[in-house]
Amino acid sequence: MATTSNPAYLGPQRIRVALIGCNHRTASVAIRERVSFNAEQALHAADELRSRGILEEALVLSTCNRSEVYGVSAGPDVVGEMERFFVGFHGLSPVDLNGSLYRWTDTEAVRHLFRVAAGLDSMLLGEAEILGQLRGAYSRALEHGATGPVLNKAFQGALEVGKRVRAETEVGARPMSVALAGVRLAEQVFGDLRGHSALIIGAGTVAEQAVEHLRNRGIGSLRVANRSLDRAQQLARSFGAEPLAWESLDRVLGQPDIIVSSVSASAPVLVRESLERAISGRHGRPMFVIDLGVPRNVAPEATGLYNLYLYNVDDLGEIVEQNRKAREAEIPRAESIVEEQIRKFESWRVALETSSIAEDLRTRFHRERDALLREKLRTMPDASPEERARIAEITQELIDRVLEDPTRRLRHGGGMRGRLSAIEAIRHLFGLDETTPTRKGKKN
Amino acid sequence: MGHQLGYLTLVLYAVSCALYARVLYAPQARHASLPTFFLGAAIVCQYFALLERSHWIHSIPYDDLFGSMSLFAWLLAVTYLGLELFHRNRSVGAFVTLLLTIWTTALRIAIPDATPAVPPANGALFAFHVTLNTWAYAAFALSFVLSLIYLVQDWVLRSRKLSVPFWRFPALDVLDRMSRSSVYIGLLALVSGASFGLVWEHRLSGGYSWGDPKVIVTFAILIVYVAYLALSRIPAWRGPRAAVLCATNFLIVLFSYTFVNLYFTRFHRFI
Repeated sequence: MATTSNPAYLGPQRIRVALIGCNHRTASVAIRERVSFNAEQALHAADELRSRGILEEALVLSTCNRSEVYGVSAGPDVVGEMERFFVGFHGLSPVDLNGSLYRWTDTEAVRHLFRVAAGLDSMLLGEAEILGQLRGAYSRALEHGATGPVLNKAFQGALEVGKRVRAETEVGARPMSVALAGVRLAEQVFGDLRGHSALIIGAGTVAEQAVEHLRNRGIGSLRVANRSLDRAQQLARSFGAEPLAWESLDRVLGQPDIIVSSVSASAPVLVRESLERAISGRHGRPMFVIDLGVPRNVAPEATGLYNLYLYNVDDLGEIVEQNRKAREAEIPRAESIVEEQIRKFESWRVALETSSIAEDLRTRFHRERDALLREKLRTMPDASPEERARIAEITQELIDRVLEDPTRRLRHGGGMRGRLSAIEAIRHLFGLDETTPTRKGKKN
Repeated sequence: MGHQLGYLTLVLYAVSCALYARVLYAPQARHASLPTFFLGAAIVCQYFALLERSHWIHSIPYDDLFGSMSLFAWLLAVTYLGLELFHRNRSVGAFVTLLLTIWTTALRIAIPDATPAVPPANGALFAFHVTLNTWAYAAFALSFVLSLIYLVQDWVLRSRKLSVPFWRFPALDVLDRMSRSSVYIGLLALVSGASFGLVWEHRLSGGYSWGDPKVIVTFAILIVYVAYLALSRIPAWRGPRAAVLCATNFLIVLFSYTFVNLYFTRFHRFI
């Protein structure tokens, strides 16, 4: 766990969490390409932001769908400075990104981060990849020393949100692509796919995705058949599979547990009779067929065959659509987890600010008292050292008494919003923001 | 004390059922092993309730309806827990513990839990005979539940009506293996139990009552479950048909445990 001891910048100023970035909703892929950061650039940018005194803590999150800079600062125009840096870092002018950037501060910035972690801001609602990317970006920044207590707290909260949303809601539970839906259905028949075999007939984008999912699940053996043996060999190489001659397809059809067919053909490639023969040679073991071809590669009459589970593109598309609706229905539950975590983060932040503001008020009063005592005691030459000490003691006690109740109320009373407003008011009334300069140019 | 333990068992089964349902809904949820812990606690609690009943009657509580049904529930829970640990899959736990909760509640409501009469002293062989046979029935009941889930899952796969629990259910292959494991346990317990019964009867009377309806039905059960195990390996039967057979077989077990015990047999009646 990261350290939570408070650096000096968590002083009397408002702790400002700021975010600037663009994503698939606000920027075209052409713009996203231009503002993306690789891992090295992300760390370099974080260093720059801190060394130039723009941010005290910085983290850059860059994926194919988003480029975002998160930071913590007490500076008055942090968002503007971040924007100028963001644009300049990529050698662009503000006009290039006109309308593509979003800027959030404080609770809204944290809310955005938590929603990103939950997969609620993803192109594919609830996708799990973003959580891994976020974890990676955070660990790199943490190891590099670019983050501090505030971003650590925010990102740990985000990871918690991501985990909870995936564990407690259906937002990320069901497959959202045709290929994954097919493979997950096969798992519902066979269980663990390790030790099972698959045959890929033909090729296509979805078939390639299916191969990737099968590989990720440790499929035992994989064969590829194509009308042209050369093409089969080529595909087999790219899939890391064994090529199969088209002529031997009928002979080996009973061997694989899963068949993924994606051939461009006007007539079915797999007819009922050949599948019937294949199944009878499997000693009753079930067979799962994913037909991705249009027109269909598997004769529709094969649907009723015993122990054959056949899904075509429409079936899988319908399942994906059902899943999309189910995921969307879970958004409110995911949002409530986000809000719950935001409340936790905010109360932590308020507690941090409350303790620092109480300390600063005390310092301010002591400074005033010291000045007053110096001035008044000059006019009291007859006062003995004991009397002077007694006066100092009494005024000290007065300050402690005066501050006791307000400090307690700031810590415990009035709700979070009320406390934040009170902190703002105290800062303004006592001019606390003017008394301690922002520590710019600090580098950890 | 016996009543308190009985109610505590019921509460623990209910809590375990709720927790299993939570795991079914959110498998990645924290503390996913909690339902197993509560099921274990319910089993321990019910064991002590049964033990107390045993102390009252100086015998395993198989002779009265309440004791016998409690013993059945306990053995069902033990068998399920064994299967869950062996197959490392707790997604059917919600259904089994729901059955246990309903069963235990129904027992509490329908059958008075009065202090039973002390049964005649029949010795250890007889106690083994009854306990093992009850265990066999419990294992068959479990295979029945698993087969039903298999059939529902198979229907869902074919009809493409994939609701939320579908993605949480175990794979057909896992259900099939769990069901067969349960039948193996049941058959082993039934053969052992029946053997103990035959030895006991021979010692007592010097002969065997082959014509007793309970004995006849027990052999029928043995045959239908052996047939299930054999057929479930044959291509034309493996899969849904075997699951239908397994589920149907349980009807004979139910018939044996209820009607035969209550109305037909002379030697195997509940008190």
